[in-house]
Order: sequence, then C-alpha cells, then structure tokens
Amino acid sequence: MPAITTRGLSKTYRVADKKPGLLGTLRHFIKRRHREIEAVKVVDLDIAPGEVVGFLGPNGAGKTTTLKMLTGLVHPTAGEVSVLGHEPFKRRPELLKQITLVMGNKQQMIWDLPPMDSLHVNAAVYGVPDDEAMRRVKVFAEMLGLDEELTQPVRKLSLGQRMKCELVAALLHHPKVLFLDEPTLGLDLNAQTAVRQFLKQYNEEQQASILLTSHYMADITALCERVVVIHEGAILYDGSLDGVIERFAPLREVKLDLGGHADDAVLRRFGEVEVNDGRSARLLVQRQTLTETVGRVLAELDVEDLTVTDPPIEDVIARLFASGDGKAEQGTTDAHG
Amino acid sequence: MTPTPRTTRAYFAAFYALMTTYRAEIFLWALATSLPLIMMGIWVQAGESGAFSGFTSVDAARYFIAVFVVRQLSICWVIYEFEWDVVSGRLSSMLLHPVHPVWRYILMHAGEQGTRLPFSILFIGLSLFIFPEALWGNAGQPGAWLPQWWRVLLALACAYCAFLLRFFIQYTLATMAFWIERVSSLEGLNYLPYLFLSGLIVPIQTLPAGLQEAMLWTPYPYMLWFPAMLIAAPPEALPPAMIVRGLVTIACWLGVFIVISRVLWQRGLKHYSAMGA
Repeated sequence: MPAITTRGLSKTYRVADKKPGLLGTLRHFIKRRHREIEAVKVVDLDIAPGEVVGFLGPNGAGKTTTLKMLTGLVHPTAGEVSVLGHEPFKRRPELLKQITLVMGNKQQMIWDLPPMDSLHVNAAVYGVPDDEAMRRVKVFAEMLGLDEELTQPVRKLSLGQRMKCELVAALLHHPKVLFLDEPTLGLDLNAQTAVRQFLKQYNEEQQASILLTSHYMADITALCERVVVIHEGAILYDGSLDGVIERFAPLREVKLDLGGHADDAVLRRFGEVEVNDGRSARLLVQRQTLTETVGRVLAELDVEDLTVTDPPIEDVIARLFASGDGKAEQGTTDAHG
Repeated sequence: MTPTPRTTRAYFAAFYALMTTYRAEIFLWALATSLPLIMMGIWVQAGESGAFSGFTSVDAARYFIAVFVVRQLSICWVIYEFEWDVVSGRLSSMLLHPVHPVWRYILMHAGEQGTRLPFSILFIGLSLFIFPEALWGNAGQPGAWLPQWWRVLLALACAYCAFLLRFFIQYTLATMAFWIERVSSLEGLNYLPYLFLSGLIVPIQTLPAGLQEAMLWTPYPYMLWFPAMLIAAPPEALPPAMIVRGLVTIACWLGVFIVISRVLWQRGLKHYSAMGA
C-alpha cells in the first residue's frame, strides 16, 4: 500500500485582483474584484513507504500547494488524497504523529528561546518519553554537528544552525512521512551536505517516505532516485532521475581533444558549439543523430580523444522549465512504475 | 486533541520562559493596564463627596483594587497573536501538531499571567500604601477589609472564568482571520462595550437598577465587576442568589462562545491558505 496517494488532486485559489494606481485603489475599495488561480490542476501520485521522491518545478508550479494539501494545511478543491491511509485535512492525531513538514523559509521553534525548550515541547506534544527524546536529540545532534547551539536562543543562531535544529524538532517523533520544502534554502555548502547526509541516514534507518522540493539539484541527485516534475499545476514527468535526461535532454555533450586547430565554423557543421579553445571543444549534438555525427567528426577532424556525456541534470531541468511545456518538447508523462 | 498533563506542563514551562524574556515589556504592560487604579483616584473623590449614596470612598478604593486584580488575571491578547499567525502562515506549524492550537494560546496567556503576577502584586501593594483606608477603613466606615475566604476563592475562580470568557470572545473574533485577515480591528468593537459595561470605568452598582439589570444579561459585567464584587463588596451587596445567577450566566456565555468559535474554526480552516508558508 502506498504511503501517499493522490488522484485528480487540484486546488484553485480566489485572489483579489487590483489594478495599479490611485484609480485602481479607489475601484478596489468600492468594489472588490477577484479572480481564480488554478495553483494545482491535476496531480496523481503514488509514493511507496521508504521512497524518496524529488518534487521539481519552477516557482509557482504548484509544488508547495501540493505539499500543503498532502499535510492537510490546505483543503483540496477537488480530488482525493491519502497519506498513510488518512485524509490529511481531517487532521487526525494518528496521522499528525506520523508526518512532518519542514519549510526552509519557515520555523516552528520558539524564536526567543533555545531550541531545547521547543524540543521539550515537541517531545511532550508527540508523546515521546523524556529520556527517549533526549537520546534521539543526542543522536540527531551528533549527525548534524550540533552542540551548544541547542542551548542558545534560536534568534542567535545562523541560518544553517537554525535549519539543523528545525530538522531535529521536525524528526524528533520519528515521522514515517517527511515533506521537505526547500530544506537547504540559503545554506552554505557544508550545511547543505550535512543536511543531505542526515536525511539520507534518517531515510535508511527509519524507512521513511520523503517528498522533497529543492532548487538545488545536488539535493535531488544525492537523495532521490525518482523525480516528479510539475509545471503549471500538472505533472509533466514522473519517473527515474536518469529518465529525466533520457526524456528531456534531446542533446548530448561531445567533448573533443583535437590534434590541430578547428574553427567554430567547422565545428558548427556537427553541432552547437559550447566551448572551443582551438585544441579542445565541447559540442551539443542531437541524440537521434549522435552516432552518425560522431562518425563524421572522427572522419573529418583530427581527433585525439572523444567523450560523449549527458549534459548536467541542472541544465536539463533548467532547459525543461525554460521551454514552458515539456510535453510539447518530448511527449507525455512517464508513468512511474 | 486535548493536551495531556505533560504537554500542558511543557507548554506552560516554555511560554513562562518565553514571557520572562520579555519581563520589562510585561512590567510596562502591567503599568499600562492600571486604569482601575486611576479610576480609583477619581471614584474615591466622588465617594468622599457623597455624590453616590451608599458608595463611599472606602468602597471605591476596595472595588477598584479588586477590579485591578481581576483585570491583571484576565488580560487577553489572543486576537493579535492569532491574526499574525494566520497572516504570516505561522499557524501552519501549529496545525501539524496533534494538539489543538487553542491550547497553545491559552497556555501562552498562562505563561504571561505568571510573569505578570509579581508586578501586579507590586502595584496592589503600592495602591494599598497610597490608600491604606482600603485595608483598615476610615472614620466614616471603620473595619478591616476581610472578605469571606470562600468568596475570595470563588472570586479567583471567577477571575479565571472571566479570562476564559474574554479569551473565547476574542478567539471567536480572531477566527474571522480566515476570511478577513486583519481581525484586530474587530477587537475595537469588542473593547468599547467591555470598557463601559464591565465596571472598569463606572461601578455597575452605582447605576440605575433598570440599567444594571440590562447590563447583567451581557457577558461584560462578568469579566470584571462580578469577580471584583465578590472580594470588594459586603456580602449583602452580592447575595448567594446573585452569585448563582452570575455563575450560570458566565457558564452560558462561555458555552455560547466556545460553540461559535469551534464552528468558525472548522469552517475557517477550509479557507486557510497557509499564506507565506
């Protein structure tokens, strides 16, 4: 049985629509106009217990709204949603004790108190015995490199320290399903790495399902074997991380070490020139014509070495979002098997 | 989603710790809510002039000191806290806890009340120092201020009920934040009748009988006047039948606002968009 299931999940918000300027303000004061925004059009998802899924999409694609519906914070306009067999918006304690939501731009800890005070509250709220809670805090603190930070006021902590403490607070009750919305947002590289390792270890030890949104592709590649790409409220792709490249990267990267100089004009006959310093070059070549193009390159140029690679995942995703509608480019959603 | 005793203790400990970090602000706030002590000065003068038959300067001092005590125990600010939590999306993390957020707000107030207590005692001591006749009486009204012990206990219980009544009225208005967001403006509508009908400015017993009767059907006199009278007034001024009526009225109004707030909460959650979160 999947840990998370959604069918036809959608959410439409009604928002005030005000024209700019004084006239617009006066009109808005006298008569309010509203318009409806379809934040999520249709989302069908199945996430298995223990699975880590990257949830990708450009800003405003509907990622956070989907997470809010999955955690029960927002009522869906239509569709069905089930998390661990519960409808989240009913907010049953049995469900709330098994899930958590971490938002990189939000905090649940009490701002003016040390994290330890909030951790004591969370231990009581979730019914974790004091000695067990302190044991878990110690284990998590070691994994995240926290020590004195736990007894300093939250407001005195750096962003990275605060996020680590937020993770401790969010996972103290050993939730079975984690919803993570940009958990590494604004963190330095060391802190990002520590958070990734921590989440990986937590997933392995607790067999928890994780749905993760992040704009840092390193988070996705380090943690997720499966990605779901959402765009304009609808799922564009659902499948393996490698499959994203297969499906959405029509180009492959050909690196050449050349025995002699080759002009851009010459190289452009084979593909899009990314880099050319005269002795080495990097070309983007259409996947369909790769074999034929490589054959021509080897035949027509003085090549000392040739390597064919996929472009970086960051580039693929950026290209996918920039294209506006991946379906137009590469077909339909790949159903997750 | 009622908290366990352990959760209640943990919340109280955390919020008491939080409020003690704001002790200077709370001292100033206690000072800012000392309107009853200012009113005491005015009404003591009125009592000395004999303008209100049967309401002496000693009665006025005792009444307004008692009002000050009840007011310190029943200060409520949930509407401002709730409004900010909804507007900023901070409510989201509370909704994910398996305890109803209303308990968090109640215990936050309890933490603040605990922090405020020493300052309140200080102000009461200062008032009694300035007007010792409240304690010992004067030539016109001899006798120490010694209310019956059970009335003192009942007054304390009623003062906490007064807090709950104020809390649930404000909380009911606060739940409108799911629809109109800036709900603190509604508190202005609530504060006005509170100011004039609770006995904060004018002791209700000095008003015409018909007006008194009408006021006693509203929830406001039970927020200050009723608990204060239990301590300050002689037993005959608040006979047992009146006490029973007061307790029943408090229970009824409390029940009404708890039910309304629950209905609004359930409906409002469907409108919650977890803004900013």
